[in-house]
Amino acid sequence: MNGAEVANSATRKGSEHPDAPLAIHDLTVAYHRRPVLWDVDLVLPKGKLIGIVGPNGAGKSTLIKAVLDLTPRASGRVQFYGKSYREQRHRVGYVPQRESVDWDFPVTVQDVVTMGRYRQIGWFRRVSKAHRQAAYTALERVGMADFADRQISQLSGGQQQRVFLARALAQEAEIYFMDEPFAGVDASTEKAIVTILQGLRASGSTVLVVHHDLQTVPQYFDHVVMLNMRVVAHGPTEEVFTEENLVKTYGGRLTLFDEAVRAVTQHRAKK
Amino acid sequence: MIAEFANSWTAHDTWIITTGALAAVACSLLGCFLVLRKQSMMGDAISHAVLPGLAIAFIVTESRGSVVMFIGAAVVGVLTAVFTETVHRIGKVEQNASMGVVFTTLFALGLLLIENAAHHVDLDPGCVLYGALELVKLNSVSVLGMDIPQAALNCGAVTLLNALFVFVCFKELRIATFDPDLATTLGINAMALHYGLMTLVAVTVVACFEAVGSIMVIAMLVVPAATAQLWTKQLGTMLAVAVSLGCGCAVLGHLGAILLPRLVNQPATNTQGMMAVMSGVFLAVAVLLAPQQGIVSRIVRRITLSQRIAAEDILGMLYRLESPVTQGTIVTLPDMSSILRASGGVGSTGFRLALRKLTRDGKIVRAGAGCGLTDAGRAAAADIIRSHRLWEVYLSHHLGVPLHELHFAAEQLEHVTTPAMQQELANSATDSEARDPHGREIPKGR
Amino acid sequence: MWDFLSQILQSLQLHHYNTRVVVSGVTVFGATAGVIGAFMLLRKRSLTGDALSHATLPGVCLAFMLSVQLGGTGKSLPVLLSGAMISGLSGLGVMLFLRHWTRLREDSILGIVLSVFFGLGVVLQGMAVNMKQGQAAGLSSFIYGRTASMLAADAWLIVVGALVASLICALLFKELTLLCFDQDFAGAQGWPVLFLDSLLMFLVAVVTVIGLQAVGLVLVVAMLITPAAAARFWTDRLAWMVWGSALIGAASGLVGALASAMVPRLPAGAVIVLIASAMFAISLVFGAKRGLIVRLLQRRHLHTSTSSQHILRALFELREHGDEAVPLESLVQKRSWTPRAVRHALARAVRAGYVRQAGDLWCLTEAGGVQAHRVVRNHRLWEIYLVSHADVATSRVDREADRIEHVLGEVMVARLEKKLGNELDGQRMPPSPHVINGHHP
Repeated sequence: MNGAEVANSATRKGSEHPDAPLAIHDLTVAYHRRPVLWDVDLVLPKGKLIGIVGPNGAGKSTLIKAVLDLTPRASGRVQFYGKSYREQRHRVGYVPQRESVDWDFPVTVQDVVTMGRYRQIGWFRRVSKAHRQAAYTALERVGMADFADRQISQLSGGQQQRVFLARALAQEAEIYFMDEPFAGVDASTEKAIVTILQGLRASGSTVLVVHHDLQTVPQYFDHVVMLNMRVVAHGPTEEVFTEENLVKTYGGRLTLFDEAVRAVTQHRAKK
Repeated sequence: MIAEFANSWTAHDTWIITTGALAAVACSLLGCFLVLRKQSMMGDAISHAVLPGLAIAFIVTESRGSVVMFIGAAVVGVLTAVFTETVHRIGKVEQNASMGVVFTTLFALGLLLIENAAHHVDLDPGCVLYGALELVKLNSVSVLGMDIPQAALNCGAVTLLNALFVFVCFKELRIATFDPDLATTLGINAMALHYGLMTLVAVTVVACFEAVGSIMVIAMLVVPAATAQLWTKQLGTMLAVAVSLGCGCAVLGHLGAILLPRLVNQPATNTQGMMAVMSGVFLAVAVLLAPQQGIVSRIVRRITLSQRIAAEDILGMLYRLESPVTQGTIVTLPDMSSILRASGGVGSTGFRLALRKLTRDGKIVRAGAGCGLTDAGRAAAADIIRSHRLWEVYLSHHLGVPLHELHFAAEQLEHVTTPAMQQELANSATDSEARDPHGREIPKGR
Repeated sequence: MWDFLSQILQSLQLHHYNTRVVVSGVTVFGATAGVIGAFMLLRKRSLTGDALSHATLPGVCLAFMLSVQLGGTGKSLPVLLSGAMISGLSGLGVMLFLRHWTRLREDSILGIVLSVFFGLGVVLQGMAVNMKQGQAAGLSSFIYGRTASMLAADAWLIVVGALVASLICALLFKELTLLCFDQDFAGAQGWPVLFLDSLLMFLVAVVTVIGLQAVGLVLVVAMLITPAAAARFWTDRLAWMVWGSALIGAASGLVGALASAMVPRLPAGAVIVLIASAMFAISLVFGAKRGLIVRLLQRRHLHTSTSSQHILRALFELREHGDEAVPLESLVQKRSWTPRAVRHALARAVRAGYVRQAGDLWCLTEAGGVQAHRVVRNHRLWEIYLVSHADVATSRVDREADRIEHVLGEVMVARLEKKLGNELDGQRMPPSPHVINGHHP
């Protein structure tokens, strides 16, 4: 029986998920030696709307950033459709938090959405008419085509969010990561965004959304990931989104565990 | 060489160091707050921008070191802060950019004024940048029968002033620096504090520029404070460290200016520049060796910890492979290393080093091609396994970690478990559980 | 007097070969600094140039000492500038190192690199002055620039550096824009953010080095910030901003160099920077997009158009309830505004021909009726939209609609009508969804 315990750790590493849009193994992230995520294991199903919920500072945004190689990982492995992010970038779309950019920047709505095409355009090349058209189509999908030539500082919060969404649509990806797309938007924009997300799901895309409003979770998402430094629960919303799990997720942290995890990440932070 | 050096030391050198140290202390006191308030570059901006103030006062009074000049420069220094804020607000220009526009404009204006005034006064922009610490003794005043250089008096005065300011407003400054919102709710006027600080920076720059030049002022405003920040997080300690570093820079700077050029057979060079260089050296040392954040200390800590983890992994593995009947089982080295590697553990070098350490500590015995636990080793291993299985209980009960994930989590936590934490874990385990969630026995505590 | 004028004329015609060299060199430098500076401004790294330029001094001094040791005069500009480049890049390296390995903040890192490198430069300069051979006096001119002594070869050096920098910017315009606007998105798309960032800083180092001769190392930073910040007031398009910044930089260089050549006792570096600052001040006030006057006018315009619409709506709503002509007091009661504001708004409406005064009473003219109909209709469309589509509480809808309707133009109203088209027909006035000041709809 003791041998089983030894072998246990060996089998844990082996599993591969070539079909899953996203598979995360043992992901740990630390900022300045403070753990933000600890041992996250996730395998996400294809073609679902997936919500990530958790209290402030639970590491929701960090999870997305770590998965997209924007934040250094202390440990862990991330695979998209069984391959590394580097190989699968063209299949991934990203909507950062609205506050992460300077909306006073001297560009137009059309310019911002065209940025979603930059990867396809490639180094040194100018933006062609076809790419402009693709960006315009994305703008039409979010109902912002009339604003194409506006400077971005003239937009309201909801409009800014639609523009960011349009930029991700212009990426024509299969898995989308959205960091709080509903934060500070008006009710009609929220409805519009949900409709677009449902459209994406219908076309077979997987959408991962960091979400704050617990009330709307069952209504919006098929699948939910409950996060508080580690994955408390994940699975189909009706099974997982329970009172018990909510208490575990939002019920504050356990000091003893926190202390130990901090010590562990201090060791792993720069490995 | 040392004798020669000692002989050439004069009261003049002592005064240079004293003046430099006073200036450095005055600057590093304020510098701590600039650095913490993310306004390090304000020192740079103000020290460049005082030039027109100096020039105008100079043209008006036709002399150096007058009170008018002092006031003129201080006013322009404060205006730099005011203009920066104004351009930032009314022009919606980013803070740093507005600072850049303001101070370069003022500096250019100063250059222009000096160029045009140069035919009837001798002031050159160089003396603002470099100061003239070597000439410190030329302009002395007699105080209580002692010949004290004017520059040392000036620097001493601002040092006192700054120390007084920091002492009196310590509480307010601390709150306004770390939590401006709280400061406002407590009725502390953050705006007044900001401009007070800026005024003092301007006054300090002006008082020190003649002796040590603006470059050393900028260095002393930023570098000792930043260095201190790497060593400590306590504001009081930070101030003390920064002040000591400032003094250190003055002493080493002067010695370096005299001694280092001798290595290439050159006469002494500029002390103020060397002080700035020395502050950089201190910073480099701190970046490498600071106890918490230093690069070397981080590496050392990591290596020690990996070593300990490797050793503990070996002990734990040997313990698990034993059973009460087969105590003293000998496991061959290749088996051990392959098991460890399979569980994502140590590499071969770490493995060998850990084995050697365990043997030396008498925790394991080597026998032929393998090794086994000693009694001491078994006790230590039992302790680790105890932590491991207690963690499994804890994780399972309190965090609902599923059974198949328990081992890996506990595997990491066991290495950082202090005796106190182990006790707490044992206390939190309900109904005297003697078994972990996998049904394995938890070894008794010592 | 006549001599002086002809001298000016000569300068303006660029008769002197020397003036021609200086003016073209400085102008090209100004334009390049403007281009790179625009990106640095948008990247919010304006003061990086300050640190980098100060960091060039030790390299200049070291290059001088080495070349003197090797038997040269130490006067060769390419040698000195290579030294400057190397030490500027080391400064950049130290910055990146500190940023990655310590928790020091950006401003502290800039201050550290600036002062320690410059201190080292001063030390080396002190040693260079003591060298028997060579003339180290020229070294200090790098600090304030030595425009007048520029040779044709030096000007060519500037042109080559400027061409390289501008070419890189032109080729990577799209990549640099993305980097400056949204670094995270760029990283997620797979652009090498660190490389692009370092490249931009490298270009700053190039500009700094070619600017040493023109304006000196203390003032180089001005040319990296001021033209870009000035250009920002005139446009909301990045491409135009870059062109504008280049233009302002070039103009400052041109005018400054000419002025300095014509008038004695005008150090070129200082004059160039002061001219750039003057252009900044002018842009700050008169800039077409973000200038002070434009913004004040916009605010004023919004304010007056808002209050005229309010007065029309108040009169219209009172007329809906049968009061054709109303006294001032009932208008004052309609909203929380002062009698003075109402009188002002009424006076404007009378001037526009929308309102007529009859004794103490006020009423809408025919044109005013049409106009008021349009205003009220827009307002109510918005209210209905907000209630039905945006879940705004009925009690707050008046204020919300107020806020929106004044800001958005005809296009939005047309869209709104299209959207509500099924619910409303043609030009009919929809009823208000809420209680209007005591009257029930």
